[in-house]
Amino acid sequence: MGEMVEKIKEKRKEWEEECLEPWLSKSEREIKKFETLSGIEIADIYDPSDIAHIDFLRDIGYPGQFPFTRGVYPTMYRGRLWTMRLFSGFGTAEDTNRRWKMLLEEGETGLSTAFDFPTLMGLDSDDPLADGEVGKCGVAVDTLKDFEILFDGIPLDKVSTSFTINPPAGIILAMYTAIGDMQRVPRDKIRGTIQNDMFKEFHAQNTIVLPPEPSLKIIVDIFEWGVKNVPKFNLISISGYHIREAGSTAVQELAFTIADGMAYVEAAIERGIDIDKLAPQLSFFFNSHNDFFEEIAKFRAARRMWAKIMKDIYGAKDPRSWWMKFHVQTAGCTLTAQQPLNNIVRVTIQALAAVLGGCQSLHTNSFDEAWALPSEEAVRVALRTQQIIAYESGVANVVDPLAGSYYVEWLTDKMERLAWKYIEKIKEMGNGSMVKGVLKGIENGFFIREISDSAARYQKEIEEGSRIIVGVNRFKIEEDLRIPLLKVDPEVQRRQIERLKKVKAERDNKAVKENLEWIRSCCENNENVMPAVFEAVKSYATIGEIMGTFKQVYGTYRKPIII
Amino acid sequence: MERIRVLIAKVGLDGHDRGAKVLARFLRDAGFEVIYTGLHRTPQEVARAAVDEDVDVVGISLLSGAHIPLVPRVIQYIREYGGNPDEMLILVGGTIPHDDFPKLREAGVDGIFIPGTPISEIIKFIKEELPKKRKGKSK
Amino acid sequence: MNVEEIVEGVISGNRRLLARAITIVENEYPESKELLRKIYPRTGNAHVIGITGFPGVGKSTIVSKLTEEFRRRGKSVGIVAVDPSSPFTGGALLGDRLRLDGADVNKNLWLDEKVFFRSMGSRGRLGGIAKKTGDVIKLLDAAGYEKILVETVGAGQSEIGVLEVADTVVVILMPETGDDIQVNKAGILEIGDIFVINKSDLEGAENVERWLKYMLSLDEETVIELSKLSHADDAKIMQKLKWKKPVLRTIADKGVGIKELANEIERHYEVIKKNGILQEKRREKAKLSAIELAVEEIRSEIIKRYKQLLDKEIDPYTLADKIVKEVLKC
Repeated sequence: MGEMVEKIKEKRKEWEEECLEPWLSKSEREIKKFETLSGIEIADIYDPSDIAHIDFLRDIGYPGQFPFTRGVYPTMYRGRLWTMRLFSGFGTAEDTNRRWKMLLEEGETGLSTAFDFPTLMGLDSDDPLADGEVGKCGVAVDTLKDFEILFDGIPLDKVSTSFTINPPAGIILAMYTAIGDMQRVPRDKIRGTIQNDMFKEFHAQNTIVLPPEPSLKIIVDIFEWGVKNVPKFNLISISGYHIREAGSTAVQELAFTIADGMAYVEAAIERGIDIDKLAPQLSFFFNSHNDFFEEIAKFRAARRMWAKIMKDIYGAKDPRSWWMKFHVQTAGCTLTAQQPLNNIVRVTIQALAAVLGGCQSLHTNSFDEAWALPSEEAVRVALRTQQIIAYESGVANVVDPLAGSYYVEWLTDKMERLAWKYIEKIKEMGNGSMVKGVLKGIENGFFIREISDSAARYQKEIEEGSRIIVGVNRFKIEEDLRIPLLKVDPEVQRRQIERLKKVKAERDNKAVKENLEWIRSCCENNENVMPAVFEAVKSYATIGEIMGTFKQVYGTYRKPIII
Repeated sequence: MERIRVLIAKVGLDGHDRGAKVLARFLRDAGFEVIYTGLHRTPQEVARAAVDEDVDVVGISLLSGAHIPLVPRVIQYIREYGGNPDEMLILVGGTIPHDDFPKLREAGVDGIFIPGTPISEIIKFIKEELPKKRKGKSK
Repeated sequence: MNVEEIVEGVISGNRRLLARAITIVENEYPESKELLRKIYPRTGNAHVIGITGFPGVGKSTIVSKLTEEFRRRGKSVGIVAVDPSSPFTGGALLGDRLRLDGADVNKNLWLDEKVFFRSMGSRGRLGGIAKKTGDVIKLLDAAGYEKILVETVGAGQSEIGVLEVADTVVVILMPETGDDIQVNKAGILEIGDIFVINKSDLEGAENVERWLKYMLSLDEETVIELSKLSHADDAKIMQKLKWKKPVLRTIADKGVGIKELANEIERHYEVIKKNGILQEKRREKAKLSAIELAVEEIRSEIIKRYKQLLDKEIDPYTLADKIVKEVLKC
C-alpha cells in the first residue's frame, strides 16, 4: 500500500510538472483560486495519495455499521425511501388541515407543521405583539382546540408529524399526545418530531423567550417525560439548518450542531437519563446548500462524528444509539426573487446532495418562497422534484454511491477535522464541559460572531462578483416579477381571536388556574414541568398562559447583538 | 461634519436578522452612521428611535409577511411623534410580494428591496434619493 | 425654522426639536453656535454621569438598568451613547440603543416620555467621547433631563474624555477582562469616582475586587486628577477632597447591585456639590470649552487668511511667528 502511494505521489508530481503547468501557462482561467463554499481550498484533482491516511474499514466501512459514514441503515433507500416531508401551514387550523390532506393525497409521507410567529414565540393570537402576524407565516395555535381541528381526519398512527417549534415545544408535544389519546392511538404508535432546540435559536434563529439556562432545563424535562411517555417520538431536532441560513459556513454548521448535540446529551446524562433510552429519540436537521460535494461530505462527516461521540465519548452501548438520523431542508437563503423558476434547479441540486448524503427525510423549498409562502402549484413542483430523484434518477438504487471518490472522501475527512477543531475550542471554553462551553459561547457572543463574519464574507463575494449568483449578479434580465402567490385571508386574525375567546369562555377556568399554579410550583421547586404542562394543555390553557407562567418565574432574555 | 444616519429596524416577531445585520455592516463600511434596533421591535419603538435619533434613512426589514400592516404603522407613528417621514428615506427589505408594492408606496415607502438585491444597489439608491428629501435638515 | 424656535422647542421639551438641535450641533451647522449660546443659561441643572470601561463589560446593560432605576426614583433620564467611527470611512455602528430594555416588561424605556436616548459616532475624536458630546449634553440639560448618562466608546484605550463632560465617572470592570497591567495602562483608576465589578457572579470577581481596593488605597490622593486636565491649583482641590472611591459589585442583567450603584452615584453628587468640587469642575469645563472654541476659531481663521502664505515654501517657525504676531494684534 505504502509503496503504491509513493508511486502515485511521484506520478502526480510528474503530471503537474509536465502536463498541468504547461497547460496553465497557456490558458487563462476565470477563477484564480478554487475553494468550496466554506472556503476550503481545493486542488485540481484528487487521487489515492490524498486519501492514503483514510482507512477504509475504520473510517468508511459498511452502511448500518459503525462508524455509519455510509448510512445508518444497511439497505438505505433500497429498503425504504426517505420521508418526503414538506413544511407547511398557514392561516387557521382549518386552512392547514385542508393543505395537509392535499399533500397526503399527492403522496407526501409525513407532515411538517409551520406555525405563525406568535405561536412560535409563545404568544396568544390576542396578544398586542401578535397583531398583524396571526396566521401569516404558518398556522396559528392557541389551545388544544386548534389541534383538534388541525388533525381532524388525520389518524396519528398513520402519519408522523414534525413540529418546527422551540420555546413552546413541550406544550406542542403535550397537545399532540393529547390528540393521540383522544384518537385512542397507543402511545408507542405516536411518531413525529419537535424541534425543541433552543441553542441554535440563541446562535442564529432568534426565537427566544427564556434565558439559556432555564431553556435547557425545560428541554431536559421534555427528554425525561418523552422517554417515558412517547417512546417513538423524536424529542429534539438538533439543527444546523438555521445556523447555515444565518450565514455560517458548512463547517460551522456541522461543528456547532454537533457541539449543541453533545451539550444536550451531557445535560441529559447529568439529569440521570439513560443515554441508550434517549439516543433513539434524538434527531438532527441540516441545510443543503449550493456546493454539491461539500454538502455530501458534510452529511457523511456528521454521521461518522456522531457515531464516534456517542460510542466513544458518552459510552452508549446500543448500536442504535450511535445513529445520526437527520432531516434536510434545501437552503432557503439560496432562493432568489429574480427569475424564480431557476430556484427549481437549485432545489434539485441541493436535494440530490441530501439524498446522496443519506438523509432520512427531506423538505424541498418551493420556487416562489423568496416572495411569499408557497402557492399550491409551487409546493407540488417541490414535491415532484423529490419524487423524480427517487423514482427516475436511479441515484437511490445503490447505497452511498459516492463512497471511494477521492475528492468526496478527502473532503469528508477534511470537514470532520475542521469541525473537531471548533468542538475542541467550545469544550475548552467550558473547561471540559460541552454544556458550559455552549452556554459560554452564547453568553459571550462567540457563535453569533462566527456566523456574522461568515455571512458578511459571503455577501462581500457576491458584491464583488467573485461569487456568481445566476440571475442576481450575472445573467440578469428585465422581467415581470408578478407571479401567482399564496394570499392569506386577512380575516384569519379576527377569526382566530374569536375562537380563542370562545374556548376561554367555555373551559373550566378553575382547572386552568390550578394547572398553571402547578406549573409555577414545578418551576420554582426545580421539578419536571411536563406532567403539569400536559394537564394544563388538556384543560385548554393557552400557549400564552403557559409560556407566561414560565416567563414570570424565569424572566425573559435578549441576546447579545453582534453585527 | 455631516454624516448620513440610517436606522436599521427589525419590526415584528420574525427573527431573521442576517440581512439586516449584513446590511448594517456594509452601510457602516460605506461611511454611514448606522443604528440597529435589534429584533422584535414594535412600530412605535422604531418610530420613536427614528425621531429621537433624527435619522435620514429608515430601513425596515421583515421576512414574516407582516409588512402590511406593520410598515405603514411605523410611518404613521413617526408622524405622530412629530417627525416628518417625508424628509426621511423610508426603505423596506425582505419577502415582499409585488402585489403589495403599491400599498407600501402609497403609505410613504420610497424603496422596496427584494431578497438578493446587491447592497451596492441599496447604497446607490440612498445616495441618489436622499438629497431630494433632506430639505428641512439644515438651513 | 429659525434658531429661536428650536431653542424654545428644546426648552419646552419638544423631543422632535431637541433631536434636530442635536443634529445641528453634531454636524456643526452654521446656526450651531448661536443655538448653544442661547441655551447655555438654561444649563447646569443636570447631573452628568459618565459610564466607561472595557468592551464587553456590560456598559450598555448598566446604562439601561440605571435608567430604569432613576426612572423609578422619578427622575428624567437623557442618555448619550458613543460608539467608534471608522477613521477610514467615517462610518459607525451605533448599537447601544438596543440594550435599552427594562426588566419590567410593562415599562418600555423606548417609549418612556421621560427618557431620551441619542447615539453618537465618535467622528474622529479620541478619548472615548465625540467632539460634540459635551454640547449634546448641554442640549439635554437645557431640555430638563435630570440625570444624563454618557456611555463612552469603551475601546479599552484611555477614555479621559469622559472627565471633560461628567460630574461623576463610573468605571465598569469585570472578572476575566483586563489584567492588572491593562487596567493600569488605561489610566482607569485615576478617572473613576465609583468602581463597579459587573458580572460578579463569574469566577475571579473577588480577585479583581481585592486588587482594585488595594490599588485605590495606595493612591487615595489621586482620586480626582483634575490637575491632569486643567491648570487648577492642585493643592486647593486636594484639600477639598473627601470622597473615598467605592468599589461595588453588580450582576447587571439580573438587576443585582443596581440600586446600590444608583445610591452611590447620588451620594457622590451630593458630596461634590457640598465640597465645591462640582462648581470647580464646571468652571474648569467652561474655561476649557472657551479655550477650545477660541483655538478652533483662530485656527480656521488662520487657514482662511493665510492660505496663500501657508502654501509658500517658508520654514514653519518663521511663518508661525509671523502669524501669531499679526493675529494677536487684532
